[in-house]
Amino acid sequence: MNAKLKIFGKGILDVSPLMIPVVPFGIIFGVIGMELGIGPYMTFGMSIIVFGGASQIVLLQLFSGGASSLVILSSVGAVNSRHLLYGAVLSEHLSGLKLIWKLIISYVLVDQAFAVSNDYFKKNKRNKIKHYHLLATGFTCWTIWQVSTFIGIVLGSIIPEELGLKFAIPITFLALLINDFKKFKNVIVMLVSGLIATLGYNLIPFKAYIIAASLSALLVATLLTNLNKK
Amino acid sequence: MHWSLIIYCGLITFLTRFSMIALLKKDTFNKKTKIVLSYVPSAIFPAIIFPLIFLDNNGNLDLENNPKILAAIVAIIVGYLSKNILATIFSGLISYWFIIFFK
Repeated sequence: MNAKLKIFGKGILDVSPLMIPVVPFGIIFGVIGMELGIGPYMTFGMSIIVFGGASQIVLLQLFSGGASSLVILSSVGAVNSRHLLYGAVLSEHLSGLKLIWKLIISYVLVDQAFAVSNDYFKKNKRNKIKHYHLLATGFTCWTIWQVSTFIGIVLGSIIPEELGLKFAIPITFLALLINDFKKFKNVIVMLVSGLIATLGYNLIPFKAYIIAASLSALLVATLLTNLNKK
Repeated sequence: MHWSLIIYCGLITFLTRFSMIALLKKDTFNKKTKIVLSYVPSAIFPAIIFPLIFLDNNGNLDLENNPKILAAIVAIIVGYLSKNILATIFSGLISYWFIIFFK
């Protein structure tokens, strides 16, 4: 038991620095949920049920724009498709676990937990209880996210709309891309996606601009990858 | 907003994460697919970012006198140079507030 606690503690320590940007993001989500008139219960319910920053923001954004459920769901799916990338990496370490563990870990597996625990897994391949590390990083993220959403909900009814906190959404997503700004091909893919979404916002029916733009940009990414091969 | 919509979004998010742990094997994707998948954030996030910056509340293109564009440029420069997520977010927000305050 002590060994498990020790690994759990290490997980909390390892993921802590990454929690700093999560706090403002969670607060912003809570504030925006209130500003859009979703109400405190549903805003908090989203953080509990969905537990994914990007999914939740896309849900709020498209819902307030009047998109249909089908478009909202497929857009959330598109945003989550980045998780498939991690699959090839993580399954190697977790394939021996019982189903219940896989279910619990799937609920708390956010980008930050993945990044930190995957590093730990690589260094401790033979450790039989290494999944406690991921459990710790995941639940640390979960706790911080719920607390900051709650703070945002409380502040949301106080903060005036003129402050334009909605601008925090594009800025937060922009900050998630900073490591790709220096890669020329990534910048092309970003511009394709952004321009199609902006120009297609009114032209593409059913508010499907996020899906249309992402798919077109991925197509360009595929073409760029092929070009590199020749 | 219906609770059912929130629950479905939760299910989709959960299932993509679950599938990556439970279903995928190490060699499910070949090297090329992995390279393409590495572009997924670059392909998706700008589709959320650009309309929020360049369009006004009515969905019309707003290029003149738009403080969001200037603030986003500041954030991009800070992000490019610092590679720091927090610095990027705060530089963008603070320059935005600065611009709308003095406009």
